Amino acid sequence: MKEAATETESRQVVEVNEGILSKNDVFAARNRSLFNATGLLVLNVLSSPGSGKTAFIERTLTDLRGRLRGAVIVGDLATDNDAKRIARSGAPAVQITTGDMCHLEAEMVGKAAGQLNLDDLDVLIIENVGNLVCPSGYDLGENLRVVLLAATEGEDKPLKYPVMFKTADVVIVNKMDIAEAAGFDRATALDNIRRIAPQAVIFEVSARTGQGMQQWYDWLEQRRAQM
Amino acid sequence: MIEAVAIQNPKSKIDMHEVSVMQSALEIALEHMRRQNAARIHRIHMRVGALSSVVPEALEFAFDVVTHGTPAEGATLEIERVPAVCRCPACQIEFEPDGYFYECPQCGSLNVEIRRGRELELAFLEVS
Repeated sequence: MKEAATETESRQVVEVNEGILSKNDVFAARNRSLFNATGLLVLNVLSSPGSGKTAFIERTLTDLRGRLRGAVIVGDLATDNDAKRIARSGAPAVQITTGDMCHLEAEMVGKAAGQLNLDDLDVLIIENVGNLVCPSGYDLGENLRVVLLAATEGEDKPLKYPVMFKTADVVIVNKMDIAEAAGFDRATALDNIRRIAPQAVIFEVSARTGQGMQQWYDWLEQRRAQM
Repeated sequence: MIEAVAIQNPKSKIDMHEVSVMQSALEIALEHMRRQNAARIHRIHMRVGALSSVVPEALEFAFDVVTHGTPAEGATLEIERVPAVCRCPACQIEFEPDGYFYECPQCGSLNVEIRRGRELELAFLEVS
């Protein structure tokens, strides 16, 4: 008993007050200063699996060829299918095999960026792991967070993932070409997005048909010019 | 050009980021323990905001997994939940939002700042 009392007495409280993701934040700040030094515009693209992130990025880079020099860092669980698809656009693609990880971290992105010649680029697109929860707290050093949802996912998607949508700079509503067939309530969806993420710019597009993509390109070019 | 970068997650086989969050918390805790020349962690107190995307129950589960075989094994995990708090710059009031939409209860504006709720912090430890 005496021993236990001594042990209790020797216990001390240590104030820490440290952010648990502070290590990631340090790597993110390092990435950001590296990116900013070359005037690169960096996008962190987030969505659920199957919303069309890869198609959206592929189309963007293909259509902007000759206007913006782009590259992609793609996080994929196991395969390199996404990187192969993106490589078809002619843009350099670096794949991060995340294994069973549900989000990208800044350190991984920094390593992957080291494989690209950043001086030769205008835009770097980071395709995060398909997940609208886990990646939200991990800053990668991006300038813009692009959150994508497909019209087929329903108008209440932003209500299911409010935390992620609240961090968005841009919200892309994809698959608008089949929105009507999917029974997508466009007005409610836009209202939900605007009220959850009043800070975000919204684009309604179809990466498949190209509908609405031009406005996105114009906006992106404008943002790049401001860098 | 496709470069496969071998960056694997060494941390877990569980598809849940609370494990990796807890792993980071433990690393910070162990570092502070060593700085105090202590050998054991008895208590870890964390602050988890409503907007942190972290589920406290999943953290508790992850805690047992990641502390196993470490100086923090058997320690008590305390999770202090921090609610979201917003501020309306026009009305200059702070409020806890009710539901998904962060609207000022006074003027209805959506143009509000999030003041609290994003916390994901290691507050303090008890070591010996």
